[in-house]
Amino acid sequence: MIPLGKLDWSAIPFDQPIIMAASGMMVLGIAFVLGWTGLKGYWPYLWREWLTSVDHKRIGVMYLVLALLMLLRGFTDAIMMRAQQAVAAGAPGYLPPEHFDQIFSAHGTIMIFFVAMPLVIGLMNFAVPLQLGIRDVAFPTLNSVSLWLTASGILLTNMSLVIGEFAKTGWVAYPPLSELQFSPGVGVDYYLWALQISGIGTLLTGINFVTTILKTRAPGMGYTRMPVFCWTALASNLLIVAAFPVLTATLAMLLLDRYLGFHFFTVDSGGNPMMYVNLFWVWGHPEVYILVLPAFGVFSEVTATFSGKPLFGYRSMVGATMVICIFAYLVWLHHFFTMGAGAGVNAFFGIMSMIIAVPTGVKIFNWLFTMYGGRVQFTSPILWTVGFMVTFVVGGLTGVLLAVPPADFQLHNSLFLVAHFHHVIIPGVVFGAFAGYTYWFPKAFGFKLDDRWGKASFWCWFLGFHLAFMPLYVVGLMGMTRRMQHYDVLSWQPWLLVAAGGAVVILAGIFCQIMQLAVSIRHRERLRDLTGDPWNGRTLEWSTPSPPPAWNYPVLPRVDGIDAFWRAKQIARVHPAQPAKAREYEAIELPRNSPTGFVTAFFAVVTGFALIWHIWWMAGLGLLGAFVTLLVFAFRRQEEEEIPAAEIARFERTRQREAVP
Amino acid sequence: MTDTSYDRAPGDQSVPLDEEESGPSSILIYSIGLVLSLGLTATSFWAANTNLLWGPGVPLGLVVLAVAQMGIHLVFFLHITTGPDNTNNVLALAFGTLIVTVVVSGSLVIMTNLNDNLMPPAGMQMRH
Repeated sequence: MIPLGKLDWSAIPFDQPIIMAASGMMVLGIAFVLGWTGLKGYWPYLWREWLTSVDHKRIGVMYLVLALLMLLRGFTDAIMMRAQQAVAAGAPGYLPPEHFDQIFSAHGTIMIFFVAMPLVIGLMNFAVPLQLGIRDVAFPTLNSVSLWLTASGILLTNMSLVIGEFAKTGWVAYPPLSELQFSPGVGVDYYLWALQISGIGTLLTGINFVTTILKTRAPGMGYTRMPVFCWTALASNLLIVAAFPVLTATLAMLLLDRYLGFHFFTVDSGGNPMMYVNLFWVWGHPEVYILVLPAFGVFSEVTATFSGKPLFGYRSMVGATMVICIFAYLVWLHHFFTMGAGAGVNAFFGIMSMIIAVPTGVKIFNWLFTMYGGRVQFTSPILWTVGFMVTFVVGGLTGVLLAVPPADFQLHNSLFLVAHFHHVIIPGVVFGAFAGYTYWFPKAFGFKLDDRWGKASFWCWFLGFHLAFMPLYVVGLMGMTRRMQHYDVLSWQPWLLVAAGGAVVILAGIFCQIMQLAVSIRHRERLRDLTGDPWNGRTLEWSTPSPPPAWNYPVLPRVDGIDAFWRAKQIARVHPAQPAKAREYEAIELPRNSPTGFVTAFFAVVTGFALIWHIWWMAGLGLLGAFVTLLVFAFRRQEEEEIPAAEIARFERTRQREAVP
Repeated sequence: MTDTSYDRAPGDQSVPLDEEESGPSSILIYSIGLVLSLGLTATSFWAANTNLLWGPGVPLGLVVLAVAQMGIHLVFFLHITTGPDNTNNVLALAFGTLIVTVVVSGSLVIMTNLNDNLMPPAGMQMRH
């Protein structure tokens, strides 16, 4: 008999029909995808071209695929909670408390770490190197490791649905509740190890992108010529590098408490649970800006492109971004105003929280002035952007309200707070990611997304969002706290029914997005973009063909100002291009694809799973495997492969023939 | 034509790699650093064990020596200088120092404040 630690058949909740049905669907879905791709013989192709790819564009696409899949999971949790609260007025509802607790914890964890983070990191991966005019990120294989470590965290979180349980502590997992004494099960361990593993991936991404943006840019692209999206990506990754180690250290201390009997955050033996709360939000508040700054960058690109004007106030936009990057570290106490700090400390952090609204306001005005006097084309990316501005301003104002400590004492921990942070994160991050997804989709795949379904999806999301969250402000003011499995105040129920209706409208929006993708793939010939520049873009990525070749640029572009591609087009209009001379191309060296990321992630999952279930021998094997993978990579003989000049020349000739109708 | 400038940020006026060896030789720099850091280490051990110094001043002195030690490492081993090719490193160091200072001092202030406020009133004091 192999020793399996705490793991046995009782870990699988056979007596819970809802969980078993959901697990069954998930397992069937995975089996179907694996079987179908296997039957079609796609496995070798997927392995060679995608899973082992170190190409930043493909890694970006895979991040987005992961994020969109997890959005479905997180949204399923959301609609289950809305349904529960809609029916649980003075009644038990259909979800038992211990299951409801896991659902709200999983919803928060998944949406922040495994939807919002992969969305913004995916967009940065895809767009930043193209916008900088370079061929890849600074450390391509490390990039693949980051992707797959994130995927490991996702896999562990989803395994907790079938094997064992997930945390019942909320996504913040405050001790003492998350300590062994009060959470003896494996739920918190799933939470901790999933976040530790994916957190390493995120930190590596941060290091990779800071290096890329600071050190590898096209010739001539000084800091003041970088597209705004690159600036926001730089700020976001600086925040990652400074904030994620704090999260890792904090969770590691909680792990020591749970596994080795330490007393960092316990209530007895000199532990201090408040230190966890403090450190968690030292990471947690910058995290908000890690997510929202790249979205601001997307909105800047979209606004300028679809208004046909340069971005208003480029320098103030960059300044506002960097001010937010610093101030993000000066406001964290506003997440725990009511936990005992004195008036002086609360007042300081309250005022800082209000001040940080100023650079955000600067950005809003910059976007408005960019649109003012422009010829705005109302495509779906600009709809997401305008929808964001209208919604985000209101959500931001409720944030300024919550930043007043006396008001916070009334509103903290209520559904008013829940409504507020969804009111900034959904328009800020999700709408931004969807705008970026629609905007860069033709660049990634060579055809545009269907605009009608895109608009339908936007309107469903926009209306559904307001229907789902405005009632929560009201019940929050009426005194309803968050995370209630049932309640006895019947006057809350009508509002919660409306909120559940809103969630259904958002579901319709998600359905429209799935339809949009299906319809666009079906009509890809009609939506084909041969020019590489479907939106009359301004930045360098639009000068490449769609989809860009693995080497992005046959010759690195020379940049002599902001909006480099737009200037090049203006010049070409005045001086029509000479008949293309036969150019000399040089051979390009590209990093070789490598299974390192995938294999490391496999061993990370093994290690994480073993540690969760206390299967020590398996944890040792997993760590050894990861280490050997690292050695194999370190001793590789061939780092790069060469694309011969003839192949590049052939590609460019075909492209020029196609682009001229 | 672009290969040479490829891995450098364009604003960054650094000298090409093969011309970097112009100042004092690197062996000399490392040796000075080694001597200085060993000296500082020895001084701290001496300060901690001697009776010649005023007792309450010793911890403060150790902090000063530790900070000096960090400075020596940064300058002699990690080559942080004020040269124009070092802007990124200096900025990164400044950003890191700022964040660490904010986080550590902020946490200390907050935790002290929480502890003061959450002490039970004098009448209710319990002994553990």
